[in-house]
Amino acid sequence: MPETPENTTAGTGPDSGGGSSAAGSPGEVSLTAGGGGGSRQSGAPIKLEGLTKRYSGSSSPAVDDVNLEIKAGEIVVLVGPSGCGKSTLLKMVNRLIEPTSGRIRIGDEDVTDMDAVKLRRKIGYAIQSSGLFPHMTVAQNVAQVPKMAGWPKARIKARVEEMLDLVGLDPAEFQGRYPRQLSGGQQQRVGVARALAADPPVLLMDEPFGAVDPITRDHLQDELIRLQHELRKTIVFVTHDFDEAIKLGDRIAVLREQSHIAQFDTPEAILTNPADDFVSGFVGAGAALKRLNLTRVRDVGIVDFPTATVEEPLETISGMLSTGTTNEVLLLDRKQRPYKWLRRGDLAHAKGSLARAGTLVHDTVTRDATLRDALEAVLTDNAGRVAVTGRRGEYTGVVDMETLMNSVHDLLDADRLEAIEHQHSVSDQQARRTYAAQEGLT
Amino acid sequence: MLVAHAATQVPCATQATEATETNEEARGARVSFWEYLGNRHAQLLADSLQHASAVLQCMVAATVIGVVIGVVTYRSEWAGDVATITGATILTVPSLALIGLLIPLVGLGVAPTVIALTLYGLLPIVRNAIVGLRGVDPALVDAARGIGMSRLRQLVKVELPLAWPPILTGIRVSTQMLMGIAAIAAFASGPGLGNSIFRGVASLGSANALNQVLAGTLGIVVLALLFDAAYVLIGRLTIPRGIRA
Repeated sequence: MPETPENTTAGTGPDSGGGSSAAGSPGEVSLTAGGGGGSRQSGAPIKLEGLTKRYSGSSSPAVDDVNLEIKAGEIVVLVGPSGCGKSTLLKMVNRLIEPTSGRIRIGDEDVTDMDAVKLRRKIGYAIQSSGLFPHMTVAQNVAQVPKMAGWPKARIKARVEEMLDLVGLDPAEFQGRYPRQLSGGQQQRVGVARALAADPPVLLMDEPFGAVDPITRDHLQDELIRLQHELRKTIVFVTHDFDEAIKLGDRIAVLREQSHIAQFDTPEAILTNPADDFVSGFVGAGAALKRLNLTRVRDVGIVDFPTATVEEPLETISGMLSTGTTNEVLLLDRKQRPYKWLRRGDLAHAKGSLARAGTLVHDTVTRDATLRDALEAVLTDNAGRVAVTGRRGEYTGVVDMETLMNSVHDLLDADRLEAIEHQHSVSDQQARRTYAAQEGLT
Repeated sequence: MLVAHAATQVPCATQATEATETNEEARGARVSFWEYLGNRHAQLLADSLQHASAVLQCMVAATVIGVVIGVVTYRSEWAGDVATITGATILTVPSLALIGLLIPLVGLGVAPTVIALTLYGLLPIVRNAIVGLRGVDPALVDAARGIGMSRLRQLVKVELPLAWPPILTGIRVSTQMLMGIAAIAAFASGPGLGNSIFRGVASLGSANALNQVLAGTLGIVVLALLFDAAYVLIGRLTIPRGIRA
């Protein structure tokens, strides 16, 4: 069976999730393209061609002629106002809703006419408010799909534990519990574990985090990003929350009524270069602010700052302050963690001891923090800068207002340029394709 | 009050110890209820067992048929309503009349009893099965389909277990109802405690008529309570902890 290039690249991607699941049974779980067993845990590409759903008794179709190509191993978020048919579109992928016309391809296989029950066992499915069966324990819930696939008991048990581990729940503590004994966030984690249990190449998520509180939702989104780094599934994710779409999506399809695709592009491109008024309306105000969520502190210039440790003698520090370019020094503690900001004036009052001099550092950001978090910290700091720390809290640099502003300007400019180039290449490609098609025909 | 032509058709009195008391009764002497129970406990126990057994078997039949009807009809608004209304209509036919109508068709004895009881037992079960199955959260059915369960598996693994508590309630209601209706079975020479009641009613005014009616009635009440206790136990055993109230 020929593998698509996407599949191969995804297959050589990060090897993770433990050998047991990967060695599981490639024949059982892979849908098509990965059938040879070469694509370990990788997603399969999805191709929707002219997908239409028309309900009897309504004049206009609920979903009208959708064409969408999703690459293996990427998260595509379908976002749009309620009633735009995004859920219907999603449910046509695993044929919970049978399309009136059009084709669905997953991997190399046309699944439009295959047995729907078999198809669904190979596509993970997670829904809002988790959809856990209340009369089954957590373990029984997660075990459902492997059970239907006929896995032996011991393997199911091991898999359940592995899956709970994966979504951050202690198997010993949680597997015997019933869904009602879990918090909303925990239920949602179990829902994701159930969807992933049989290691499907494709995962469909229908507003999975819609019913949990904002803080939990934020955690779950971070978890999903982490999971996806490990697993590299092809994920189709439906939401009406554009911020969620930006955070999760490798690419976002903004849908208007009848699932017409208004724009299908990377979050950066949609933010900086919305295709039309509908998209910019949906992006909402503050696109530049939202852009800050997409960039991490590590991606912008971190400036060096004069530092001293608490162990250094006072004279050295005052020497630094009088000769240095800045009138401020960042004092680090014994473990190199930011401790205090020291100004020239502070030393005068110090009277030989550092104990009472300077202002304590109360806020730091990590290199993984988003620019939005960094901006927040910079804005609340009275001197307009924040210390950046490494994994163990050690000092790595400082971000200040000026750096942030310059970085954001550069980012936005680069985005705009990229978006324009992308548009050119798309139209180029289209032109080439049309040309090739004509060649082929004649 | 003494009645000259006392009831002589007392069937038991097989044991020697009971002979004297039976004679006393046979002579038309009125005995206390407790004495009556003491004299007749063998007969009453046999009647009770038959009564219980008849109700139990009819309940099993009614449950199977009722759940099947529920499963077949709950998805269609129309069919579900028809099933419920039909059940309700059967229930409005007086039990005596139904058994009377069945006798020419199936004869006397066990057959009309079983048929009538099963029919009467259906309504609460059908109705609760339909309500229970319709009450399953659509999101759960969607999830069950979405993870690849076949229609049968959805029903057996998800819908029926979730609808089980209301179905069990229907079974309890049915059983209590059948306990009373089963007494009518004696009219068609059927088994059970109804015989004791019918004899008493037929000979009202005689010395022990009241005792007979009372013994039959109390027997049914006790049986109904025992069955109900059993259902509580069954509920504890069969309703999963995750959905127990």
